Amino acid sequence: MPELSADEIGILALSLRVAVVSVVCSLPVAILVAYGLARVSFPGKTLVDAIVHLPLVLPPVVVGFALLVLFGKRGPIGSLLDEWFGIVLAFRWTGAALASALMGFPLMVRAIRLSIEAVDRRLETAARTLGGSRLWVFATITLPLALPGIITGTLLSFARGLGEFGATITFVSNIPGETQTLPLAIYTFTQVPGGDPQALRLSIIAVLLSLVALAASEWLTRRSAHRQGDDRR
Amino acid sequence: MIDVDIEQRRGDFHLDVRFSAEAPIVGLFGRSGSGKTSIVNAIAGIATPERGSIRVNDAILFDAEQRIDVPPESRRIGYVFQDGLLFPHMDVQANLTYGQRFRDPRDRFIDEARVVELLGLGGLLQRKPRTLSGGEKQRVAIGRALLAQPRILLMDEPLASLDAARKSEILDYIERLRDELSIPIFYVSHSVAEMTRLADAVVVLSEGKCVAVGAVDEVIGRLAPEHEPERDDAGSVLDTHVTAHDATEGLTTLAFDGGELLVPRLDAAIGDRVRATVRARDVSLALTRPADVSILNLLAATVVALDELPGALVLVRLAVGGSTVVARITGRSSRQLGIRPGLELHAMIKAVSFDRRSVGYA
Repeated sequence: MPELSADEIGILALSLRVAVVSVVCSLPVAILVAYGLARVSFPGKTLVDAIVHLPLVLPPVVVGFALLVLFGKRGPIGSLLDEWFGIVLAFRWTGAALASALMGFPLMVRAIRLSIEAVDRRLETAARTLGGSRLWVFATITLPLALPGIITGTLLSFARGLGEFGATITFVSNIPGETQTLPLAIYTFTQVPGGDPQALRLSIIAVLLSLVALAASEWLTRRSAHRQGDDRR
Repeated sequence: MIDVDIEQRRGDFHLDVRFSAEAPIVGLFGRSGSGKTSIVNAIAGIATPERGSIRVNDAILFDAEQRIDVPPESRRIGYVFQDGLLFPHMDVQANLTYGQRFRDPRDRFIDEARVVELLGLGGLLQRKPRTLSGGEKQRVAIGRALLAQPRILLMDEPLASLDAARKSEILDYIERLRDELSIPIFYVSHSVAEMTRLADAVVVLSEGKCVAVGAVDEVIGRLAPEHEPERDDAGSVLDTHVTAHDATEGLTTLAFDGGELLVPRLDAAIGDRVRATVRARDVSLALTRPADVSILNLLAATVVALDELPGALVLVRLAVGGSTVVARITGRSSRQLGIRPGLELHAMIKAVSFDRRSVGYA
């Protein structure tokens, strides 16, 4: 394959930046929500669970539109963010990261929740009786033992973010160099006459990226499982 | 010193116990489902009783009326779980020292080097829990609990998942802890053999109620056969002392209130107090003193009571001097011999029916 053009590198870099930022920012929230759903019983838990899963079942365009209404420059949240912190999300790459994070959130929470549920609660109890506070036990027992699930969830969400299309184009539009990520660029090339070879090149990049992400996930999961003294994988 | 007075309902199980015991090793005895683990969890702070109070060595850990409920991490209860529950992602050393950092140095009474030496953990420190045998895991679990500098060691059926050889190995270690550290131990088990070997005082639990508290020889001897007479290892405990060793025959003579027992050679000094468990299934009865039998222990006894057991068996309670011995025989033998209260007869116990687990230091 011939070398990548400057435009293609720009698209690739933007896509990676959007996906990485979305994953890094949503991971702590996802861990918190997953822990709450796995270990704490509180009123309205079913509702929270349903809301978390909503992006999985809603048309992505609806999610993008909701983001536009809420986080747009005149939206209730968007106007406050602009006023207080000078943060603008609409039509910016940060908005694309928010859309990616939201769409990948159910996948991330699901994987982490399952792995936290698989941690023997009695190990946490044992750690408490040895003197560890709830938070310390969470950090030293629950999190390390749930690590394979956290890695899986992160990678799933990352891959979902790389492929995000509907919510992104609705919320932040398709601005080259600002919000035009890999899928949006592919879509754009398919819409212009003679753009197919360009679309194909970008699609191959997308496939390679996904394969690398999958391989990395598999390798990390094996490694952490091994460190936990579990050779069954 | 352990002082428990609690009430707790879980579904249709109602736990309502009150006991107070002070001894180097206090045993909590009862069959599975009698509420043993509920009590242990309440003491450790894992479950909250609805009513009552819990005190250990004069520290109030729980008091419903005063609204005191010390969280588990601050109770300093060294809980040793049935299956060890070692942290699988840490090596033995990290497991051992997990609790150490949380404790006030003033409460520290044992350090890592001592624990490693006492429990023989030297060669295991860099190993991961999954590579350890059941007995090794349990030793690490005990060491981990000790290094959290507890007020008391709480052991919930610590031998349940071990084979006989490992059981006896861990029992030796527990006796060592009792003798060399001055840490009180609350030992939970459904095994008469473990209770009689280890415990000084016993709390007997049945269906969520405390049915007896007292010294082990009184409580188990008086209660165990009635309490769980169908158990294979049910029996009575004799409080004995060593009077003679016969090195050439490999036998030791134990004297008790009611006579003497010959048992396989014990590693004990003359005059040592020893508890001997006589399992009901090992006692047979004869109306006349038999001659020409291989059985070494022939005790003159008087029948006190007869109890029917499931499976056409009879439990015969005998007075041997001032001690109680129970015999389990078939209903057929009982009818043929005409066993009835007041009858004088001879109880026969094979010397080899005493093994390492049924004879222990008092």
